[in-house]
Amino acid sequence: MTDTVDYAHWSRRTGEGVCEIDLAIDGIDCAACLDEIEGTLKPLRGVERARLNLTSRRLTLAWREAETSPDLLIDELARIGYGAFPFEVERAEASEAAHMKWLLKCLAVAGFASMNIMLLSVSVWSGHGADMDGPTRDFFHWMSALIALPAAAYAGQPFFRNALAGLRARSLNMDVPISLGILLALGMSIYETMHHAEHAYFDSAVMLLLFLLLGRVSDQMMRRKTRAAAANLSALKGERATRLAQDGSLVVVPVGALRNGDRVLVRSGERVPADARIVSGRSEVDESVITGETMRRTVQEGAALFAGSINFDGVLTLEVTAAGQSSLLDEVGRLVEKASEARSGYRRLADRAARIYAPMVHVTAFSTLAGWLMYGASLHDAIITAIAVLIITCPCALALAVPAVQVVASGSLFRAGVYLNSAEALERLAEADWVVFDKSGTLTLPTPGVVNAAFLPDGALELASRLALASHHPLAGAVARAGGARTPFDLAEEVPGAGVKAQADGAELRLGSAAFCGWTGDADSQTPGTSVLFFRNGRDVFKLEIRQALRVDAVETVAALKKLGLGVSILSGDLPSAVAPVAATLGVADWKGGLKPADKIAALEALKARGRKVLMVGDGLNDAPALAAAHASLSPISAVDLAQAQSDAVFLGDRLQPVVEAVGTSRMARALMRQNLWLAVLYNAIAVPMAVMGFVTPLIAAAAMSGSSVLVTLNALRCRRAANEAEPDATTQPLPANRLALAGKG
Amino acid sequence: MNILVVLVPIALFLGLSGLAAFMWSMRAGQFDDSEGAAQRIISDDDIRR
Repeated sequence: MTDTVDYAHWSRRTGEGVCEIDLAIDGIDCAACLDEIEGTLKPLRGVERARLNLTSRRLTLAWREAETSPDLLIDELARIGYGAFPFEVERAEASEAAHMKWLLKCLAVAGFASMNIMLLSVSVWSGHGADMDGPTRDFFHWMSALIALPAAAYAGQPFFRNALAGLRARSLNMDVPISLGILLALGMSIYETMHHAEHAYFDSAVMLLLFLLLGRVSDQMMRRKTRAAAANLSALKGERATRLAQDGSLVVVPVGALRNGDRVLVRSGERVPADARIVSGRSEVDESVITGETMRRTVQEGAALFAGSINFDGVLTLEVTAAGQSSLLDEVGRLVEKASEARSGYRRLADRAARIYAPMVHVTAFSTLAGWLMYGASLHDAIITAIAVLIITCPCALALAVPAVQVVASGSLFRAGVYLNSAEALERLAEADWVVFDKSGTLTLPTPGVVNAAFLPDGALELASRLALASHHPLAGAVARAGGARTPFDLAEEVPGAGVKAQADGAELRLGSAAFCGWTGDADSQTPGTSVLFFRNGRDVFKLEIRQALRVDAVETVAALKKLGLGVSILSGDLPSAVAPVAATLGVADWKGGLKPADKIAALEALKARGRKVLMVGDGLNDAPALAAAHASLSPISAVDLAQAQSDAVFLGDRLQPVVEAVGTSRMARALMRQNLWLAVLYNAIAVPMAVMGFVTPLIAAAAMSGSSVLVTLNALRCRRAANEAEPDATTQPLPANRLALAGKG
Repeated sequence: MNILVVLVPIALFLGLSGLAAFMWSMRAGQFDDSEGAAQRIISDDDIRR
């Protein structure tokens, strides 16, 4: 790790000789970290500014180029126990931040307006019984209009825009009745004020905006928090490449800085950073993340490699052929595109409700108008009553019913380590009744481990893992992780192509191939996809079987999913002989191996044809089309970028438990959404007849509207309580920082 | 009740200045890190220096 890292890609020049960089900080667990980090960095020579954002866990660091370098500062952070990873703000995140600011401004305006108008309105209401005279009431109404009109024009924009967009697409979304209600309420109030009437509805219109904006802002805040956390994780994964410069020097650059034609060096154990062709070298590569197959492929000069495959032994020099986003198999890309079309037809619960609700409201209002006219009321009174119906039905509760639950549910999932990509994912997750798992990297851990550790004598694995620390070989890495050793032997010696050896307590320790360790028995494993490594301690020789082991709670998770009434099957790209033992352990009868991406989609289609709604859980490039085609999808955080992009949610940690939690919480959320919609219907069943009969004054409208909104929001909060009860020890798993950091360093 | 013609605009003006202050503080980035801001107030780095 002596290569110099080129930070130019991440940093930006902010002034004369001053550069700035954003770092995602790992290891922040309390507020004192803020003082520690800033206090350590600020006195250092050359540090211009260091400011930690405790909410997003990011550090903005500015330094004078002539005096220090980011290497030194990041090393300093590592010394006090924090990992710092250069970070690039994604465009999507930046635009979300801008949207959030805009919504907050709208909220502020609506809040200001509704408070001031309510001040005037309450005076008018209490004046009805007392001696408020006409001119004073008119003056108060005009003042209300003065506040309400500009405020609604500004704060109503989010709704008006959506409504217009919906109308252009010839569909009625929830924003259409909202916008209509607000505009009519304002229009009618102005007309009434001009004619010195008693009632004006300025307060209702603005309060409606305030409640709805509160819902949108909290929704946006939750989404932003999730996105920021996910972006930090991807910075922690920090994919980097060792670029071979023209003059032969090695520079570590972010994968994003690679260009076609660049030469990169991939050492044993490192990931191939981008699609590339081998210029020189010969090695075995592990492509399980791409094809799902755990058998390694031997490659040599001229062979094409895909991003994400792991170089097993030997050093490869590659020429990048598809830098950046284009690094995916043509076939996979085409399948993903086709498969994601299928899902775009999904209609959300709220939209379905709006589709029924909006016409009903308009018909009710119109028949009120017609009814009163027939009954002999004046045109003016009939119109006023009809508009009152529109205002009272204006779906405040209905519009909050679904988002409120979404915010609470995605918050609970966030704490459980499940990051939702989209809010509608909740509804689709709740509908799933069949789970399809990929094997490699999903049911099994993405990194290999020693599977026969339990059969080794005490202490053997610890010694082996200390020895393994001296080697960069991926198998040695697996042994090192399994034993948990931290201090390597001083005089460990690596014998290329054979293994490592060292002296300890008078005995010679060896770790490596069968011949190197003097193993006389069968040098292969019974299970396909398993690598073997040998460990010699003096005279004794042990066989270490290394393979991607099942996630610790895989068996319980599958059992829990079955208990929830979901069917479970396994679709893997790996050899059937490697899938069979996994399926047997988990008790899954329905499994298939050796599938290509298109076969996976076909299998999903077959399930769909049987009326199943499939939740796909997968991590590899070969799973991406299936993830896009399934009704709902989940990926572990270790998944390739393309798979994550197609998933509804990403889950953290080494456990599969989040899958059960995601299904459980989303089912709870859907039940609450339904309840909330029924509450809204109930509210309307009471309020609408009153409005039709003409009993609704502005005071009643205001009380009904806020009452129903509060009721719906409180009901949504039950989702949080239920989630906590279901998981009493729902301690948020800390980010698997060590593992991610290791992966980042390759 | 003529005093209302003066008082109500004054009240409105006060409200508006509150709104303006909020807009300013948001533009100045005071809401970017609400957690950090809550902690910074109890940090005593001015004493240490």
